Amino acid sequence: MLGFLKEPVVVTAEINVNLVALTVLALISRLWGLCYPRAVVFDEVYYGQFVSLYMKRIFFVDDSGPPFGHMLLALGGYLGGFDGNFLWNRIGAEYSMNVPVWSLRLLPALAGAFCVPLAYQILVELHFSHCAALGAALLILLENSLITQSRFMLLESILIFFILLAVLSYLKFYNLQKHSAFCGSWWFWLLLTGVACSCAVGVKYMGLFTYLLLLATAGLHFWHMIGDQNLSNVCSTACKRYYLSLFMVSLLCHFLARALALIIIPMGLYLSFFYVHLALLYRSGPHDQIMTSAFQASLEGGLARITQGQPLEVAYGSQITLRNVLGKPVQCWLHSHTNTYPIRYENGRGSSHQQQVTCYPFKDVNNWWIVKDPGMQQLVVSNPPRPVRHGHIVQLVHGITTRYLNTHDVAAPLSPHSQEVSCYIDYNISMPAQNLWRVEIVNRESDTDVWKTILSEVRFVHVNTSAVLKLSGASLPEWGYRQLEVVGEKLSKGYHQSMVWNVEEHRYGKSQEQKEREVELHSPTQMDISKNLSFMAKFTELQWKILTLKNEDTEHKYSSSALDWVTMDTNIAYWLHPTSGAQIHLLGNVATWASANAAALIYLCLSLWYLLRRRRRIYDIPEDAWQLWVSAGGICAGGWAVNYLPFFLMEKTLFLYHYLPAVTFQILLIPVVLQHLGDHLCRSVLLKSMLSALIVAWFSSVYFVYCTFSPLTYGQPALSPPELRALRWKDTWNILIRKH
Amino acid sequence: PRGERGASARTLAAAALIAVPASLRARRLPSTASPGLHPPACPAPRPRPVPRMRRARRAAARGGCPRMPPRQREPRRGPGGPARPAAPPAATRPAALALVTLLSFASRFHRLREPPHVCWDETHFGKMGSYYINRTFFFDVHPPLGKMLIGLAGYLSGYDGTFPFQKPGDRYEQHNYIGMRGFCAFLGSCLVPFAYLTVLELSKSLPAALLTAFILIFDTGCITLSQYILLDPILMFFLMGAVLSMVKCNSRADRPFSASWWFWLSLTGVSLAGAMGVKFVGLFVVLLVGLNTIYDLWDLLGNLSLSLVTFGKHLLARVLCLIVLPLALYTAVFAVHFAVLNRSGPGDGFFSSAFQSQLIGNNLHNVSIPEHLAYGSVVTMKNLRMAGGYLHSHWHLYPEGVGARQQQVTAYLHKDLNNLWIIKKHDSDTDLSDPSSPVEFVRHGDIIRLEHKETSRNLHSHQHEAPLTRKHFQVTGYGINGTGDSNDFWRIEVVGRKTGKLIKVLRSRVRLTHVATGCILGSSGKTLPKWGWEQVEVTCTPYLKETPNSLWNFEDHINPKLPNISLDVLKPSFAEILLESHMVMIRGNSGLKPKDNEVTSKPWHWPINYQGLRFSGVNETDYRVYLLGNPVIWWLNLITIGLYLLITVCTAVALKRGVQLTSELKELSRVVLHAGGQITLGWLLHYLPFFMMGRVLYFHHYFPAMLFSSMLTGITWDALLRFCAVFLSPSTTARKVHGGGFLALVLLILYSFYLFHPLSYGMIGPMASNPSSPMAGLRWMDSWEF
Repeated sequence: MLGFLKEPVVVTAEINVNLVALTVLALISRLWGLCYPRAVVFDEVYYGQFVSLYMKRIFFVDDSGPPFGHMLLALGGYLGGFDGNFLWNRIGAEYSMNVPVWSLRLLPALAGAFCVPLAYQILVELHFSHCAALGAALLILLENSLITQSRFMLLESILIFFILLAVLSYLKFYNLQKHSAFCGSWWFWLLLTGVACSCAVGVKYMGLFTYLLLLATAGLHFWHMIGDQNLSNVCSTACKRYYLSLFMVSLLCHFLARALALIIIPMGLYLSFFYVHLALLYRSGPHDQIMTSAFQASLEGGLARITQGQPLEVAYGSQITLRNVLGKPVQCWLHSHTNTYPIRYENGRGSSHQQQVTCYPFKDVNNWWIVKDPGMQQLVVSNPPRPVRHGHIVQLVHGITTRYLNTHDVAAPLSPHSQEVSCYIDYNISMPAQNLWRVEIVNRESDTDVWKTILSEVRFVHVNTSAVLKLSGASLPEWGYRQLEVVGEKLSKGYHQSMVWNVEEHRYGKSQEQKEREVELHSPTQMDISKNLSFMAKFTELQWKILTLKNEDTEHKYSSSALDWVTMDTNIAYWLHPTSGAQIHLLGNVATWASANAAALIYLCLSLWYLLRRRRRIYDIPEDAWQLWVSAGGICAGGWAVNYLPFFLMEKTLFLYHYLPAVTFQILLIPVVLQHLGDHLCRSVLLKSMLSALIVAWFSSVYFVYCTFSPLTYGQPALSPPELRALRWKDTWNILIRKH
Repeated sequence: PRGERGASARTLAAAALIAVPASLRARRLPSTASPGLHPPACPAPRPRPVPRMRRARRAAARGGCPRMPPRQREPRRGPGGPARPAAPPAATRPAALALVTLLSFASRFHRLREPPHVCWDETHFGKMGSYYINRTFFFDVHPPLGKMLIGLAGYLSGYDGTFPFQKPGDRYEQHNYIGMRGFCAFLGSCLVPFAYLTVLELSKSLPAALLTAFILIFDTGCITLSQYILLDPILMFFLMGAVLSMVKCNSRADRPFSASWWFWLSLTGVSLAGAMGVKFVGLFVVLLVGLNTIYDLWDLLGNLSLSLVTFGKHLLARVLCLIVLPLALYTAVFAVHFAVLNRSGPGDGFFSSAFQSQLIGNNLHNVSIPEHLAYGSVVTMKNLRMAGGYLHSHWHLYPEGVGARQQQVTAYLHKDLNNLWIIKKHDSDTDLSDPSSPVEFVRHGDIIRLEHKETSRNLHSHQHEAPLTRKHFQVTGYGINGTGDSNDFWRIEVVGRKTGKLIKVLRSRVRLTHVATGCILGSSGKTLPKWGWEQVEVTCTPYLKETPNSLWNFEDHINPKLPNISLDVLKPSFAEILLESHMVMIRGNSGLKPKDNEVTSKPWHWPINYQGLRFSGVNETDYRVYLLGNPVIWWLNLITIGLYLLITVCTAVALKRGVQLTSELKELSRVVLHAGGQITLGWLLHYLPFFMMGRVLYFHHYFPAMLFSSMLTGITWDALLRFCAVFLSPSTTARKVHGGGFLALVLLILYSFYLFHPLSYGMIGPMASNPSSPMAGLRWMDSWEF
């Protein structure tokens, strides 16, 4: 009965002290003095404003990437009780007391610290010795650039963390594959791979490169599985057939499991980031005008306040404002005012001298137009309202001046290849009014669709000349009050957003008389229904805007080219103390970077050598060592290549920190190459001991460089100008030296 | 008898082994004894005259020997690749080729004269052809070979180069344009036989080759693009030539270093040079050939029966024919280009001053000026960015609200007295024009002052923002009669030179650093508004990046105290000219950016034939030609790509699983994987890169890829029909499926061509949207504009 007492209760815990020690060291190196400097450092000025907007629940669009990274930073702010009240206007500004600097910087720092044990584990999973793994972890630990980047409110360290996590979990999964497929931990690591990948992509689009690398690796491994002939050769035909069908089923299961974990779950997670993002940010804010009217109407405040309760269907007699869908260079509404086009332009061309029609970027009573049936005189909505449908012919009457929107074969003021658009004034000359427009709903579902407020995107095709009403994007000179030019495009080639308009504000006109109507136009719209966009519609629009939004200014003092990164010709000054010489730079550990480059070079040359020799059936190293060499290189050198080479094709402004994920992979390659050299190329004992001595010496040089540059990494202690000058190892480094 | 046996191409197994000459067979099939090795003893069909292809096939099917038993193991094949099935009857092949060629020429030369006015880009390329005839220098973003050939064709056919080619729609009147059009149409017609031969070589199947040829003959897009004075037919001619000779060379792998092997290998190199010489898009076919060569070499390396010396010979032969030869030819093209164009013309301004001094009629030609700059020299400074202007100033001030209200400094593209500046010392204002004072040269690193000659104001900068580039500083003219302040001091530095060195006219690339703020004088390339006379903005940039925007050279140089040297001394070497023209072309290409509100063609539009290009005519009464692919053919191509992927995946998985295939299926899968793979790679290489290009794209950029896509269609459908036939056999339906399917496809193509031929051969009358038009009902997509 008490038999269980006969056996002692034993808890065996296996603790890898190396790993624990490394983690503790990493935490110390990343978290030490995290609140210093208590000032805005470099891109914190950029990410900080988004954190503030999250705290205030105000909608924004950031074209630099998807929202997951921003949300993680905001989580730090939320946990620290940040209220979002800080003006992020310049680098170096002191934080006010309400900003929880420590908790804002904590998450990136933790992510940066955990990269160290991850690196250790990755090397172990690649079947390298614990010694090599220790080396890799130490190199990551002592890498100045990674330390700098993870100590501030920036995204790269989080990105690198997820990338390494994805790689590690894939390796764990793959190593479990051989003996215990479909067990609990197999599923766990497989799913974790997918989750980590989508998190990496969710932080920055750069994560996509690693995701693709892992997908390719998984595809390759699966391809090998298909060709696995072990099963089919064992037994007789009958049993073979049975096993074969069994094998096919299990192959299918394997395929489905991978597809689920590596494609479907990441996509779902990616969508969920946007879902949370849109759920959190429900107030209108500074970037509203980038989005379509429908999107704006779904945000609290802003346009929604105006359009709430508008009638949905545009009818004859409706009073509307028309917004151009393109939203570039600014959002604007179709507009007219009593001024006319000048008789002659500065370059001597003539105009029709009729009333100007422009696109105006501000809300104004002159933006109101009335939809009129050409066959009837009245400008009010009949009861019941007669809705306008796709293909109907309408006239558009300018509300305040009651003139008709018109276009004719006169060259437009700034785009002479297009027609001038005007509000028609009858000068009693032989230029008749041509004011009939056909309404074409671009996003219709059927040809009898009704023209809807906000939702319908409409093209106005001129009946006489089949010109299309278009925003040319040019801004008129002084006589047009610098408003935007609107033209009739004769050669309308396909769909372009500059030719598409949507109704934004809308009400059914009631007043018969012009005076009453003017009063009506000035009063705010109020009526009955509300419009809600589905999540997918919002997601598609936001995603599209993020991908297509382009920042004009591409010049920056610290921008660099991709080639500068490997040669270590560039640095970024992150922060400078307002009075002393204390400063923080993003600057790599020279010893590590140089040896990482060397490792990559050695790896390439050796691989090429082996490959050529193997092709001639000369096997220099045993087969399993070769497999190890290939798989480790595929991950480390491959990771470096996919995270680095695409930058040569990119046209955006590049900074040194874009190289950090690549350099992390490159650093992992160093111990791989060193162990290979020690195991297979240094055959004699003497050579081996020489190599170990070399490694020790080299490690101390890495540590020495780390210590030397740590004042620039941590920003303290402050250095004197001669000391700073001594740190300028390369002429191209921009170390700030104060002139006294 | 060989032909007869070959006609049984469908019963490949037997044919393959019978047709290979005994000597060859011995080498290719190693003698690992296995039951299926030897051809089944089946009686060879009796020789019979076979006049027609179809009859031949019928005969073959009837007389074909029984297929091999399915479980038989196929012998391991040697490195020379699998055994080839024999050729179709000797008589049909030339007949088919002749038919295809004839149809191709007929379709391209039909109504070549129409319309008798300038169409679309003829305005550019016709004009450039004329420039060659007139020997005036011009600039274009493409390499010169295509335009040179057009010029040559015009010259030989008696065109005198006097037609101005001003804008599309100009009538040719008495000018002889038919020679140039005929030349392009000739090259365009050659595409069809080229594609036919390529597919025949790859798939060894006459139906596949014929299908490809019919697709290309009856595609309205290919016809239209071949009928005008354009670069595309020339480019595609060289491109297909390269592919064909590459494939031919591959098929001679069993006879390396034979005469025909050398011929095709060097022809590949020549075609590559031609393709690169016409447009930079030729680079993609270079890539294709390069990848093929690497694969080839890799294969040879793995062949242990070849010694390393032999391998070295192979390598050397390829380096010689595919790298050295094309490079030499490509360079020669440029040498001819610069030798022919020796007169000043519209392209001068794009090139550096040193280059301009080479052109007859340019004001830098044959002049002599002092070589080294000295204080007191009067100079003009030219910005080094492409089409960069001269540093310029005039009496007008910057308007209110734009920086400080001082005198404007701009960059101006034309020669003008206001471009002249005097170099002065920063600290002394002695009159340097006094002939007795000693000459003092300006040296690298000196601090100087630049005084505008006409207005006597100094080049000046300060910490006000520049008018357009807000992050840069404003540059103004300041001071009265040369007296200003310390913001007028500039340090002059030559790129890549040490302190104390003299500064040379034209050759030195100079940077001017503002002493007080540390910024660099540069031209942003943005055009100023009306108040700045639409000249180009000049700023002082605080970003110390070395770009051509912030580099200048001295062009004119007047100093009576210095001895003049002839500019011929400064004559740039041919290598420098070559490099410079490439830089200018590349920059010109990347400068072709679409504007914000412009509707542009997107790469994904192309394979679905989303939208064409108007070649001629807009209104109802015009003669209208519209470049649009035959939709039936293009959609067939599109479907085929999906189909091909499906077949490939199935075949690859089956092979990977080690499924035992009959030799017939094996040969088919080789065609699908190997030949189809090669063609697909070509398609990808000619299509995908466009997704990454920032420049303006047009529909006709897809046509090289379309050639590959059509070849893939031929190969895939033929393979698919054969697969079907194999699975249905030995019933009689098998050959009917193949023949019927092939016939149906050809008829479909013919009928669609009948429907859409007016697109190429011209439409007059109401637009297609009008029900009375002959094209009514054919506007299947709203985006088509005919």
